[in-house]
This record gives sequence, C-alpha cells and structure tokens, in this order.
Amino acid sequence: MVESGQASPPQLLPTPTVPAPDFEGWTCPLPLRDSPQIVMGHGGGGAMTAELIEHLFLPALANERPDRLGDSAVLDLGGARIAFSTDSFVVRPLFFPGGSIGDLAVNGTVNDLAMSGAQPAYLSAGFILEEGTDVAVVAAVADRVGAAAREAGVEVVTGDTKVVDAGHGDGVYVNTAGIGLVPAGVHIGPHRAEVGDAVIVSGDIGVHGVAIMSVREGLEFGTEIRSDCAPLAGLVAAMLAVTPDLHALRDPTRGGLGTALNEIASASGVGVELDEGRIPVPEMVRNACSLLGLDPLYVANEGKLVAFVPPDQAEAVLAAMREHPYGADAAVIGTCVPEHPGMVVARTGFGATRVVDVPIGEQLPRIC
Amino acid sequence: MKYLEEFSDPELARRLLDDIHRTATQPWAMMEVCGGQTHSIIRHGLDQLLPDGIELIHGPGCPVCVTPLEMIDKALEIASRPDVIFCSFGDMLRVPGSDRDLFRVKSAGGDVRVVYSPMDALAIARANPDKQVVFFGIGFETTAPPNAMTVHEAKRLGIENFSLLVSHVRVPPAIEAIMTAPVCRVQAFLAAGHVCTVMGTGEYPELTERYQVPIVVTGFEPLDILEGIRRAVHQLEEGRHELENAYARVVSDDGNPTARRMLDDVFDVVDRSWRGIGMIPQSGWRLSEKYREYDAEHRFAVTGIDTHESTVCRSGEVLQGLLKPHECEAFGTACTPRNPLGATMVSSEGACAAYYLYRRLSTPPQQRTPAEEVSSVG
Repeated sequence: MVESGQASPPQLLPTPTVPAPDFEGWTCPLPLRDSPQIVMGHGGGGAMTAELIEHLFLPALANERPDRLGDSAVLDLGGARIAFSTDSFVVRPLFFPGGSIGDLAVNGTVNDLAMSGAQPAYLSAGFILEEGTDVAVVAAVADRVGAAAREAGVEVVTGDTKVVDAGHGDGVYVNTAGIGLVPAGVHIGPHRAEVGDAVIVSGDIGVHGVAIMSVREGLEFGTEIRSDCAPLAGLVAAMLAVTPDLHALRDPTRGGLGTALNEIASASGVGVELDEGRIPVPEMVRNACSLLGLDPLYVANEGKLVAFVPPDQAEAVLAAMREHPYGADAAVIGTCVPEHPGMVVARTGFGATRVVDVPIGEQLPRIC
Repeated sequence: MKYLEEFSDPELARRLLDDIHRTATQPWAMMEVCGGQTHSIIRHGLDQLLPDGIELIHGPGCPVCVTPLEMIDKALEIASRPDVIFCSFGDMLRVPGSDRDLFRVKSAGGDVRVVYSPMDALAIARANPDKQVVFFGIGFETTAPPNAMTVHEAKRLGIENFSLLVSHVRVPPAIEAIMTAPVCRVQAFLAAGHVCTVMGTGEYPELTERYQVPIVVTGFEPLDILEGIRRAVHQLEEGRHELENAYARVVSDDGNPTARRMLDDVFDVVDRSWRGIGMIPQSGWRLSEKYREYDAEHRFAVTGIDTHESTVCRSGEVLQGLLKPHECEAFGTACTPRNPLGATMVSSEGACAAYYLYRRLSTPPQQRTPAEEVSSVG
C-alpha cells in the first residue's frame, strides 16, 4: 500500500492505513448511510449485499471483466477456458437434516462453477476452527467434505487450517475455492438472457432454507424437511448435451429464486414474466413460510438451478432435466419479455400481477 | 396444515368476483382493518379484480406501523444497554426510530435477538440470569395474549430478570376513531379475523348500530377476503348495517375466553398514541398494577426521549385511509423499504411497503417529477 511516490522505510509491522469510506460517492440510496457499520443484511444476498459489492469491493478491486458479477469467473489460461470460484460457509447448526456445512462447502463451489457450464475438477478447502470445538466435530465435517467431493466428482487438492480464540467463531467456518474446465462453445452468463427465453427451474424451491430454519429455531412442521443440498454439475452437463447454447444459469442460494431472477433480468435488460402457479413450492415449504410470514421466492436453495433457455430448445432441455435425478421436478415457470426490462413480474393465480422485487437484506419473520 | 390451497382456488374466486360484479351498482369504499389483509390483497392483486367503483381503503391494522415513535425510541434506548438482551419480533428491527433502528443497535454491539414466540424470550431470561431480558410486546388483540402469558409465567416462576415493553393496541377504538374523524370515507369494515378469534364478535354490534356501518369479520386467504367484500357489498346495496361473520371456520362469537381472562388479568385498558394518527382514547393496554414490576418502562425508567418524526412522511394519512401510498410525494423516491421514512414502508404488512413491493408497475408515472425519477435510479 504505497501512498506516495517515495519509498517508505521498511517496517516489521506496517501500520495499515484505512481510509475513511467516502459515502458521498455512493450513488445508490445506501441503507444505514449515517452508520457505516456492517449489519446482518449485508450478508443476506439481497440488495444490500449487491450494493456492498458494487460500491465497496468492485471499486477497490478495480476489475472491469464483464463476468465479474457471475457465480464464477471464466478465464483463458494457455488456450483452456477455466472457471474459477470461491465461497465461504458459516451455517449454524453445522449438521442439519439433509446435509452439513461440509456438504454445502463442496456443493456450493461446485454449483457456482457449474453455473458457468464448467465441469468442476479441483477444490481447495480452508477451515477456520474455534478454540474449544470438539475434534470429533471437525472430523465429522472433514468427513462430509470428502464424501461430498467424491459424489460431485471433484478432488480437494489443497487446504488451510486456522484456529481463532473461543468466542470468535461459530465452531467451524469453511471456505472453498474451485476450478473447472468450460467446454468449447459454451458461453453462459447472467447478461445473456434474451426476449423469448424460457425460464426453467430444476425443482421444488425453498427447501434448504426451511430445513435450516426448522432446526435452528426449533420449529416443527409435522414432518422433517430435509435440505436439498446437491451437486448440480451433472445436471448442467445433461442440459449442455442438448444444446451448448444455454443463455444463463443461476443456483438460487441466499436470496432465493426471486433474487436470482432479478439479477439476470437486470444484467440482461430483459423483463421476466412468471406464472406464479407453475413455480414448484412443496406444501411443507408453503405452510412454513405462511406461518413465518416469509415468501418462498426468497428462501435459500442449495440444490436447484434456474435456466434461461432459447425457446426452440426449451422443451428438449426440460426433458433432459427431468431425466436427471436432480431435475426430476423441473418446470417452465416463465418467459423473458420486452416489457418492464430489468424487472420480474409474477402473474398471480387470479390473473392479477405483482412485482417480484429483490429483498433488501434478510427476510424478517412477520409479527402476525 | 390444510385450508391454504383450498382458500386460494381461482375458480371459486371467479364465482365470488362474478357475484360482486353483479351486485355492485354504485361505488362503495370499504376498509380492511388488518395489515395482514392488506398484504394479501396487494400480493394476490385482488383489488385489481374488483369492479372499478369498489375501493379498498387500507386500515391502520399493521402493529409495526402504529407503534408510536416514542416507544420505538424507548426500545432503542433499552436495547443499547450492555446488561440487556432485547428480544423482538423480526419486523420491528428495521422500523426507524428518531435516529436509528434496532438493526443499528445490534451492529453497534447491542444484544438484539429475533424470536418467533414471546415465550422464547422467557426461556432466554432463564438461561441468562445475569442479564435483563426485555421483550418488545407490540401488536393487537392477537399478540397480546401470548405476550401477557410471558409476564404471567415470569411471575409464577419467579423469573425476575424478565420484563415486557408494552405497546399493545385494540381494534374497536380505532374503528370508532376512523368513523368520528372529520373526514371519513369508509362505508363498511372488513374486521380483522384473527383479532376476533381472541376477542369474539361481541364488541362490534354496538359499532354497526352507532355508526350505521356494516362490519364483516374477514379472514386472510384470497377467498376469505373476497367473501368478506362480497358480503359487505350485499349489505351496502341492500342498505343493511349488520355484523356478519365471514370467517366462521376460525372465529366464534365468544372468541377465546381463556385468552380474554389472561388479558383481563395482566393488562389495564389505557389511552394510547398511534403513530401517524395520534391519541385514541381507551385504545391500548398496559400492564396492570399486579404486574407492574415486569413493566420495562417502569424497570428502566427511560426518560428524556426527544422524538423526531420525518416531516415528509404522510403515513398518518395512509393509515387513516385518506391517501393511497403512491400518492405520497416521497413514495418510491425519498422513501423506500431500504430507506423508510415511516413505519408503513417497513413491515410487509404496511400499506406503503406492500405497494412498493408489488405495485410499482401500476403506479401512475405522472406521480413522479423528472427530478425524483433521477434520484430514484440506483
């Protein structure tokens, strides 16, 4: 960090200079503008997260790549096209019905790579452990990382371990990064959706988020809801076998399907029109969300994708998805339209319409 | 859980709508009292499907919206104390006080926790005997009984580090306030079904008589709401003004006597100030003398609260049904869910937030000046 042209004397412990953030430069109406502290909403995957990235991280990192906001970056390296992505995992509890932080850490990065059409190959895994955590717990997490990697067909080839003081972590945090090869002729990106594209979701939405909430908050809904956590590279490969010309793919994790659709609509400048009645929402998710005052469209998924597919390929792609175990309940839920560019609009079961917006931060349970 | 899908059936909705269209021969304005009903109406677009003359006026029944600013400021003050764990329902966290909200208190180090049930707050109190645990008890007759239960149990179990910050309000005095306001356009009420689940319907016949106004107890699913509207339209067209129960699968005439006994034991009826509306006589509750030691206002003796309400925000007129959210100059420009000037823009039950979330497409563009358009572009 050189502040001027003059060389500064070497220091054993350089004092980092932290410039005060210039909030006047922020062009969007910034939440909590006069209280420049991170709040939980900045991690919710909604508008606040997007603003933090757009106005704080991107300027600092000075990167003008067109795909800089994709789930993964696609890089040309020695003639090969390599997808590269990273993700950090801070879920509580560490183990939940249908998965664990270890499964999420592998599948999260594998899926981010798959959303570029890449065949994931190698992962790194970094573990941040809290002092006092049972070694058996760490072993169980590591075990799940290994098992999930085997299922996803990737190898964990490098890693790192750090321990933080008791009280400074939540037991175990995991970061993974991964690379994979993008096949020739595949150019998937959030900016590529076109008017006429069919919008296809690969199955039931909202399952992971409700599963986590049910264990975290001790809520019971009659039957156990299991996370949908799964690696999606195989499903994407099956779709690419039909046509390499998939326009956009997203795995709607934090922020849910509603946020993913908004990101693509906004990046591509098309309108998205949803047929609300066609969106697959399992009854348990619908009921849980109804009780808590949440909207299933904004609840996290960990084993689902949404695809923007040229209309003449939609039927064949849908058929290929339904053949695959992770796409058996795939459904066309909408189309891209020239009206309301950048916005997602749902047609309700009664024939009325409503805007499907990006949530601000985290969804808040309603009072009654 | 049943009775969700069944009450969203488009074909049955069509039949109810046909009946409403056939019956209505002139314009009528009716108010849905509860914010949950407003949310459901806007989310499903039910108002778009009604005859042109049938207007739904969105009532003051969003508990988050009407909690007075002074009480929010007290909550912020108490939540900031290092010895306090402050528990609240989720959607109170983003409600703006005079200079901040509970999220900011949390990010500045305050121990603010979202709970799903007030009894969770009591459990937190038992688990943290060295802390003062305060629950923000807001809401109507629906949330009042479980909140009353917390202090009842705290006293019974001798949990002394628990207290309740009470800002409970009652629906019938609000209906009365609306009917006696200098400007009142409301010709019928869709009463809040879940309030009646607790209180029964006994408070309403007197109101229908005194103000010659039909009151239809109405539920929250699309078919429930359409049925409530249908019955109100029939009454208006026939010149009747009666109490009807269109939510009988949930609401009985007596309500829930056990819950009502709990309310009588724990609370006293008092005058309450409603944010954006003002003081409404006998419209709220506070803890009774017997439970005074569990009253957070008493325990923490918060004084010197100096409130600053936005001068631009017109949520008071929205809450009284005098203004539609998008008719406010600040709507969608200076005031958005991300940067709310008033509570009606915060809770998803607030009329302004519901319009912003679901209705921007149909908001008339002439409502905005070019300068505001620029400032609203992200």
